[in-house]
Amino acid sequence: MTAIADTGMSGRTSLDGAVLGPSLDPVWGEGGGADPRLRVVGAALFALLVVALQHLPALLAALAMAGGAAVTVRLPLGATVRRLLAMDGFMVLALASLPFTVPGAPLAVGGMALPPLSAPGTWQALTILAKANAVMLMTLALVGALGPVRLGRTLARLGAPDKLVHLFLFTVRYLDVLNREYRRLRTAMRARGFVAGANRHTWRSIGWLFGMLMVRSLERSERIAAAMRCRGFTGRFPNLADDRPLSARDWGIGLAALAAMAALGLVDVLW
Amino acid sequence: MAHIPDGVLSMPVLAAGIAVSAAGCAYGLKRLHPDRIPQVGVLSSVFFVASLVHFPVGPSSVHLILNGLTGVALGWAAFPAILVALLLQAVLFGFGGLVVLGVNVMNMAVPAVLCGLAFRRVRRAFPGNARAAVTAAALAGAAGVLLTGLAVAASLALSGREFLTAAQLVVLTHLPVMVIEAVFTAAAVGLVLRVKPAVLDDPAPSDDEDGEEPP
Repeated sequence: MTAIADTGMSGRTSLDGAVLGPSLDPVWGEGGGADPRLRVVGAALFALLVVALQHLPALLAALAMAGGAAVTVRLPLGATVRRLLAMDGFMVLALASLPFTVPGAPLAVGGMALPPLSAPGTWQALTILAKANAVMLMTLALVGALGPVRLGRTLARLGAPDKLVHLFLFTVRYLDVLNREYRRLRTAMRARGFVAGANRHTWRSIGWLFGMLMVRSLERSERIAAAMRCRGFTGRFPNLADDRPLSARDWGIGLAALAAMAALGLVDVLW
Repeated sequence: MAHIPDGVLSMPVLAAGIAVSAAGCAYGLKRLHPDRIPQVGVLSSVFFVASLVHFPVGPSSVHLILNGLTGVALGWAAFPAILVALLLQAVLFGFGGLVVLGVNVMNMAVPAVLCGLAFRRVRRAFPGNARAAVTAAALAGAAGVLLTGLAVAASLALSGREFLTAAQLVVLTHLPVMVIEAVFTAAAVGLVLRVKPAVLDDPAPSDDEDGEEPP
């Protein structure tokens, strides 16, 4: 769909030069794989289960399951690892204080006690880290790899409100258009000698840029609405209501996933 | 750190976030007239692109939250718009978890709607006064970030006393963003008011229909 897919993995747009936009392309095409509804519901159930798990061994098994799913849908390795590390770096900020703030016996490594670090605090930090990584990896594998357009249609088939789905699809549709427009305006600013820095001038200039983008995109949305009415839009996208039933293979995959998740819960309870 | 990952918060906080966000989105969607969906969708793509821009601050960089501006431009529709944006960020980039989506939406959308309502009140109180509107926009930009920072800190602190240090850090890291976002929002709103003020007009007339299509 777009030329920014090659750079689009980090979801970050730098003010200077290299611009990284969101990737709107699904990692794989329409064929193959389980029914998208199964993938969305499965990711949600998995996230609920993992958040409720208490013990590290079950969480490591969950992490392994998520890793298996990521390998199965062939998530790009480098980009996925980069995203996980970005989140982990972020979480260290919140978790680094836990070994110091949770009361309990000091952490002992190989018989040597490390007094300021408490053992329960360290375990809690590791537990949280494992949960966050397992959920994120499974979400990227099952839902992210669908691509946002199929996700929108899947949400419609799962009974999300029409207006919400339309809003979702419009947002997705114009992300790429507006990202390109942003880059055009930024190129023009650079051509006029603008250099981004930590100063009021930068913040105001980028503010004006996005004010301009708001005005232009609003005019665009009026044209879109007019064109849609021209073609007889009545408030529904007819092809959203595609209701193919689950195949036997889908049922098999779904039941296997349920069984695996039940086993995970059981391990956690019995541990 | 407005995107809290999964596994951090306690169950009562997660449940409260889901309840508030579901109610807010339902109300926002109910008030959203179908004819305004393209407008709201296109504007939320603008805010999505803008929130990916990284501003240099010292050796590091920060990105904006823009919930103040979202509230000013979209009013109650900020709730579903922020839900869509955060869902996309979680699914495409892994920013924020799935179960905490409710809490993350609540922490950003409640301040957004408050800022939007306050901004509209100022505009009605001083009709045609661009300076008052721009000042209100700057305050909305700062207040959106501040309230979100406090809400994130409160979500952490309510989940366990051991997160108090992290909660204080979160508020601290939001302070530079507040300053940048106040200047940014004032500039963006100032430009829109000069070029096409109708964009920021209260869409009250269509709201009265409660989003129902005329027969």
